[in-house]
Amino acid sequence: MPREGKLDRPPDLPAALKEAAIAALVAFGLFVLLIGIRTDQGPTGALVFTTRFGALAAIVAAVFVATALRALFWRRIVLAFGSVAPIPIKRSAARLANYAAAAFLGFALLVPIVFYGNRYLLDLGILIVTYTMLGFGLNIVVGLAGLLDLGYVAFYAVGAYSYALIAQYFGLSFWICLPLAGLLAAFAGILLGFPVLRLRGDYLAIVTLGFGEIIRFVLLNWQSLTGGPNGIPGIPRPSFFGLPFNASEHGFAATFGLHYSPTHRIVFLYYVILTLALLTNWVTLRLRRLPIGRAWEALREDEVACRALGVNTTNTKLTAFAMGAMFGGFAGAFFATRQGFISPESFTFTESALVLAIVVLGGMGSQLGVAIAATVMLGGFELFREFHQYRMLVFGIAMVAIVIYRPRGLVATRAPSVSLGKPKDISAAAVGDARTETPA
Amino acid sequence: MEYFVQQLINGITLGSIYGLIAIGYTMVYGIIGMINFAHGDIFMVGAFLALIAFLVAVAAGVSSVPLALFIVLLVSMALTALYGWTVERIAYRPLRQSFRLAPLISAIGMSIVLENYVQVAQGARVKPLPPLVHGGYTLFEGNDFAVRLSNIQIIVVITTIALMAGFSFVVARTRLGRNMRACEQDMKMAALVGIDVDRTISLTFVIGAALAAVAGLMFLLYYGVVDFFIGFLAGVKAFTAAVLGGIGSLPGAMIGGILIGLIETMWSAYFSIEYKDVAAFGILIIVLIFLPTGLLGRPEVEKV
Repeated sequence: MPREGKLDRPPDLPAALKEAAIAALVAFGLFVLLIGIRTDQGPTGALVFTTRFGALAAIVAAVFVATALRALFWRRIVLAFGSVAPIPIKRSAARLANYAAAAFLGFALLVPIVFYGNRYLLDLGILIVTYTMLGFGLNIVVGLAGLLDLGYVAFYAVGAYSYALIAQYFGLSFWICLPLAGLLAAFAGILLGFPVLRLRGDYLAIVTLGFGEIIRFVLLNWQSLTGGPNGIPGIPRPSFFGLPFNASEHGFAATFGLHYSPTHRIVFLYYVILTLALLTNWVTLRLRRLPIGRAWEALREDEVACRALGVNTTNTKLTAFAMGAMFGGFAGAFFATRQGFISPESFTFTESALVLAIVVLGGMGSQLGVAIAATVMLGGFELFREFHQYRMLVFGIAMVAIVIYRPRGLVATRAPSVSLGKPKDISAAAVGDARTETPA
Repeated sequence: MEYFVQQLINGITLGSIYGLIAIGYTMVYGIIGMINFAHGDIFMVGAFLALIAFLVAVAAGVSSVPLALFIVLLVSMALTALYGWTVERIAYRPLRQSFRLAPLISAIGMSIVLENYVQVAQGARVKPLPPLVHGGYTLFEGNDFAVRLSNIQIIVVITTIALMAGFSFVVARTRLGRNMRACEQDMKMAALVGIDVDRTISLTFVIGAALAAVAGLMFLLYYGVVDFFIGFLAGVKAFTAAVLGGIGSLPGAMIGGILIGLIETMWSAYFSIEYKDVAAFGILIIVLIFLPTGLLGRPEVEKV
């Protein structure tokens, strides 16, 4: 937080240079071995190294300049743009968000029509909506109930493998398998949640992480059921309520008198996942108005107070967990049918971290925020495809920066649905104060 | 029986490495009550720094292996400590007043950053190092099975014991240790009686990172390969060790580490090697459910 008294002070050049010199020295120490020297396996198999002092010097110089500029001008920037804390919630902003959401939804609905000929964009659209749906699902757990789940991908995996295995062994269709996959994922959520939900926040995070990894290891090693690292190929594609997407005379195209085109299926898949995502969104919005949704939000704000008021915290958490898991399972079943092939490779911790980042960036609890964050993030990944080795690096840095500068999300805020008294402007400092000083 | 003794030796060696990492988790948790999710990756960075420092030392003409290892130990401890300090300064300190899960999310981001930074800077392939410390002793033989204790195992265990003893002394007897214990009990009160809380927390991270660097070097010597992903599993196992021993307790971290090392080795030896990592995660879950305070931990009082 800016200290008022110091704001009008002129920039202090020697102090800034000293700070920059120290930062540059630290940067030199950090990067001298890992950036300055590159190790590779030589022709004999032994490691050889090459030096990259140019890159090292460039990074150190960049740190020096950036720190000096920050020390000189940061306060002025803060002064010019007001606080770096989130913009206060205003009624007009809320209405704007409604318009934005409507526009966003309209655009999402029109995507297959506008970009009909562009397979690449349609696939990207499906990917973005899939992650939006995962974000919505995780948002119930993290955003509403305030439970940090680092193993969300486990439920995604359960859903995908449920669909793949049921379809393979029992020959049931996608539309029958979809609810089953959701049920099984919800069951997995309850199975995990029941014993661990008594744990406090960060322990819970680690346990869910462990659960995610256990599921992946089991998928990898239970070769007779899951095919191990080779995965499950040939998962049946969805049909249009019984009409397959192929060139046969009983196919979708022939029935409706259209020329057969493989794009039909892509468009269909797009609308399937969009419907699922909207369903998730709708259910979440409705649940927030039910007593259980209120209990989730209360739980997020203050668990001890919640317990004192007689909320059964374990059951409340469990429903959030199961609900989030179920939507993860739906998304997983969709993923399996879209890919036609699944393997444990697709369900690593990185995937959980990506969905979590979408939720965090979107402003935990905000639905529109999640949708925008998913679009920005996956769109960004595609835009900077050639820099793909840097993308996780940038994404990690973004995650840290957002939590520090915009702890309540980049795009939106997450005010409780109801609260006593006026909603306050919320910044990191105010959150800290509220936790210690105001009675819950 | 011989086989069992051999696994016991291997398990204790592995457990010592986990114990060294676990200290970093347990200390940070003790003082600021957060899980430093990036600590496993600090360990990985330490291993890489040791590897590169060794190559440079050899290229610079240091021909004696013990001397080279000593230099490598100092360099990697110092530079890894710098990483620990920087991570705390950048990613955790600004969040001390923020909402409950903020530091953990930031730590996850930092862990992703460190992993991918090393991957970008040094490549994704595993880095092999030929064995540097040879030899060992055959303790006894029987049933066509010789129980061996290699020199590297001796080095790992002795270094760990020495560091543990030194570190326990620091915590119990020095001014820094007293400050650390004061911050652990009540940070506001500690600040009121004139303890520089920020500095104490920074030093905690520095010490934790330096110990992780030692663990990184030991890992490098023991296994002979490192890659950018070793921090994840090692981190989770070390965290399990810290929880098992009772988080916040130093001897607990060591005991937990050795137990986890033993369980992992025995599991691979007698059950299945594929599921050894599942065993580690399973133990974590079981311990958290049935023994959340760990073996030596104090029950946590929830304050409003």
